Amino acid sequence: MASLSSFKTLRLDGVGRDFGTMNALKDLTLEVRRGEFIALLGPSGCGKSTALNCIAGLLPTTRGSIYLDDRRIDTLPTEDRGFGMVFQNYALFPHMTVRANIGFGLKMRGVPKAEAEPRVEQAIRTVRLETQAHKLPGQLSGGQQQRVAIARAIAVDPPLVLMDEPLSNLDAKLRLEMRQEIRRIHQSLGCITIYVTHDQDEALSLADRIVVLRDGMIRQVGTPEDLYARPEHLDVAEFMGFRNRITGRVTSRDGDRVSLAVGGTTLDGTMRHDVAGETAVAAIRPDDLVPVAADAHGIDAVVEAIEYRGRDFFGSARASGGEELFFRADRRVNPGEAIRLGAEASAVLVYPGE
Amino acid sequence: MADASIPLRTRLAAKGLDGVTLLALPAALFLIALFIYPFGYGLWLSFRPKDGSLFGNYVKFFSDPFLYETIGTTLKLALPVTLMNLLFAVPVAFRVRLMKNQRLLTTILVLPITLGTVLVAEGMLNYFGPQGWFIRTLVTFGIAEPGQIKLVNNYWGVFISLVITGFPFTFLLTLSYVTGIDPALEQAAATLGARAAARFRTIYLPLLAPGLAITFCLSFVQAYSVLPSAVLLGAPAGPTRVISIAAYQAAFEQYDRPMASAIAMIMGFVQLAVVVAALSMRNLFYRGPAAGAKG
Amino acid sequence: MSTAVLDNASPAASGTSLRALGARLWVIAVWTTVVFFVINLFGIIAAVVTSSFATRWLRSWLPQGWTTKWYASAWAEFQLTDVLIVTFQAVGAVVLLSGLLGVPAAYALARREFPGKKLLMLLFLLPLLVPPMTFGIPLATVLYQTGLGGTLWGVILANLVPTVPFVILVMIPFIEQIDPRIEAAARVFGAGTLRLFVTVLLPLLLPGVLAALLLVLVRTIAMFELTFLTAGPESQTLVVALYYAVFAAGVRAVQSIDAMAVVYMVTTLVWLVIALRFVNPTQMVTRSKRQAH
Repeated sequence: MASLSSFKTLRLDGVGRDFGTMNALKDLTLEVRRGEFIALLGPSGCGKSTALNCIAGLLPTTRGSIYLDDRRIDTLPTEDRGFGMVFQNYALFPHMTVRANIGFGLKMRGVPKAEAEPRVEQAIRTVRLETQAHKLPGQLSGGQQQRVAIARAIAVDPPLVLMDEPLSNLDAKLRLEMRQEIRRIHQSLGCITIYVTHDQDEALSLADRIVVLRDGMIRQVGTPEDLYARPEHLDVAEFMGFRNRITGRVTSRDGDRVSLAVGGTTLDGTMRHDVAGETAVAAIRPDDLVPVAADAHGIDAVVEAIEYRGRDFFGSARASGGEELFFRADRRVNPGEAIRLGAEASAVLVYPGE
Repeated sequence: MADASIPLRTRLAAKGLDGVTLLALPAALFLIALFIYPFGYGLWLSFRPKDGSLFGNYVKFFSDPFLYETIGTTLKLALPVTLMNLLFAVPVAFRVRLMKNQRLLTTILVLPITLGTVLVAEGMLNYFGPQGWFIRTLVTFGIAEPGQIKLVNNYWGVFISLVITGFPFTFLLTLSYVTGIDPALEQAAATLGARAAARFRTIYLPLLAPGLAITFCLSFVQAYSVLPSAVLLGAPAGPTRVISIAAYQAAFEQYDRPMASAIAMIMGFVQLAVVVAALSMRNLFYRGPAAGAKG
Repeated sequence: MSTAVLDNASPAASGTSLRALGARLWVIAVWTTVVFFVINLFGIIAAVVTSSFATRWLRSWLPQGWTTKWYASAWAEFQLTDVLIVTFQAVGAVVLLSGLLGVPAAYALARREFPGKKLLMLLFLLPLLVPPMTFGIPLATVLYQTGLGGTLWGVILANLVPTVPFVILVMIPFIEQIDPRIEAAARVFGAGTLRLFVTVLLPLLLPGVLAALLLVLVRTIAMFELTFLTAGPESQTLVVALYYAVFAAGVRAVQSIDAMAVVYMVTTLVWLVIALRFVNPTQMVTRSKRQAH
């Protein structure tokens, strides 16, 4: 195990997993450097948990291989991989105290007691559970259980910590708290963390790099800034909060600038890929879509609902082409009112039509 | 008092006693009349022996080897069978837990429970009999000489029949306890470096212990009260003269109801003693939800 | 590169493969045990069926010839028409009455918290934990003293002792998972107690009641001890008649007894197959719902 702690990279090489005839995971190839925090992001059924379980060894891979530096690990059983894992429902051992839970990994690895005890105490301090250490998991709150699960995973000083939607069972406030906590712990350990989530906010705020998965395939890998500003595919864009999608006909191209004819009006946008065909789809965040002057470029729509959100108004409107649009306004517009909605060309991402 | 202004009905309803609660009354009365009362009556009757003394029946039972030895005879059958069933049920349940389609196996195993001891006894007389398929197979493969092994009308006949009907029962109970444990616990232990044997010892065994204790009790109590197979497959006059035979004979052959009641009470008491012993061992282990805290 | 990987992995791999071998042997041993058990189980059943169709079957693997005549003779000798009528009367009454007594009680226990509830639960649990042979003898004594012993009603009453609690314990979790707000909503919309029961509760309860009563049916057909202790010559059910036939083996031809055993088996299995369409086999013993997902 000692050799593992000095490793530099984790490499997934064409990892795939089938369930019967279904490809749950296709050809996952990824290289992760030590110290990186990676989020596997995608809707349920995208293969992100499958990927995590393959790395942990809880599911055998159907194809491909996994390496820590040059050491192949996908042939090893779970217990020999020496990773830490945090489960969605924590999977704390209900019959063991917090301390025994956290010390379990060291005990199984045969670490002598004298050496194990300070490490357990260290882990308990890291997750700030000094006062709860003698309790059984059933006596703890959800957030505390979560901390125990994390402490248990990191106590063995693993080269790799795997987290399977660890915050999904917590309420909103606690989730924000634990997010910072997880980030802090990751930075103090300097290991690789692979974090599975379906919540883009979580991924964006935690990860150094995000891997977006869909239908068992990687759609995009990039930094949170990359993904947020420049999603490569329409589905990634939608996942990143580009809720408005408007189909139009390409009328002119100039570099990556493109103009679309939508109904009777024109919408200017930025091409993400070379849009070769006649039709294209524009994706716009509700935040960027605002009412504009009647003669400016944009889309004609009729306001359907409007609500006040403090500083701004947010509304929904029906475009002349029938699409439902979500927009922001700095003044109140009334349901039934006809308005023109427009956005900066840089905020309108244009993808090839389907 | 202030209570007087509140109608009685309302006050009772506040305690949970209303029309809906009364729905439980018929069933409760029925069981008091046909379960509690007979037990009490039987206990009372057992102290009214024919000779007029208070403990006459019990004295007679414990002084007549033909009677008191039935306790040992029954224990000698029931304990090993129950332990064996449990010992086999646990590893099998652990394999079956991993199966996607458990239903075929569970359906097959529910057969002997449903068919019952009488049919199994009749089938065993054929199948394990001296000319039955089992012995024939052993002889064909040279494992046994003809006439060397006798598997019915002795201790082993009853033993096997208790395995045939008891194992499925024990297994299905065990299976329901095993599948009640969150598999993520085992996965968590595996990621922490625990090998299969250690996972069983440190995670499953402590969590299963309460369930296994209950399974043991239920299986034991069933095996202890065996009647039909002890008569049909055993040697009811000798090695398999179990306590229920003694009780039955007292009640329906000698028409000595007080004695029969006394034997039934002794039977119940021995069962209770074993059950209490098994359940107190359970207290040595963790008791609580096995599904993982808050899932 | 592949060789480098192999070299790296080999020290760990040899230990791993040894353990994998052990694990595989263990799996094989477990399945062998199961298969051995199942083969013998089917052997027992097949021996009964084979024998019931045999002309003569002595000292050989298979009978000398095949016949169905034993069924006719068993039917006549053991008066199976009468026995079957008694069986279905007894079982039908037990099923109906245990539903009528058990379901309302389960409803009360599932919906209300009241003082003494724990004690009541114990009362309903005990008859399932105490084996029939133990409480059957005092019960039979009481029944014989009241004149019910030896009659069909005696058999029915005795059989109800474990089945009423069984229905209650199966139904409580089933009722608990029905949202009480549904009933509250029905009341808000003005349904009276009777209307509530017929239009709202009954349809919701029906699947659970059906499952519980089918299990009661299968268990009662096969319930030997209680019927044996309380039945008279005119109130024997099939399983008790079968016991007496086996007990008096030698009086009748073995094949005749086996024919009767097959009749019993078919009667039980038909209902078992029907029951298994609605319930999980594990429920035959565990008396509790499996976690529904």
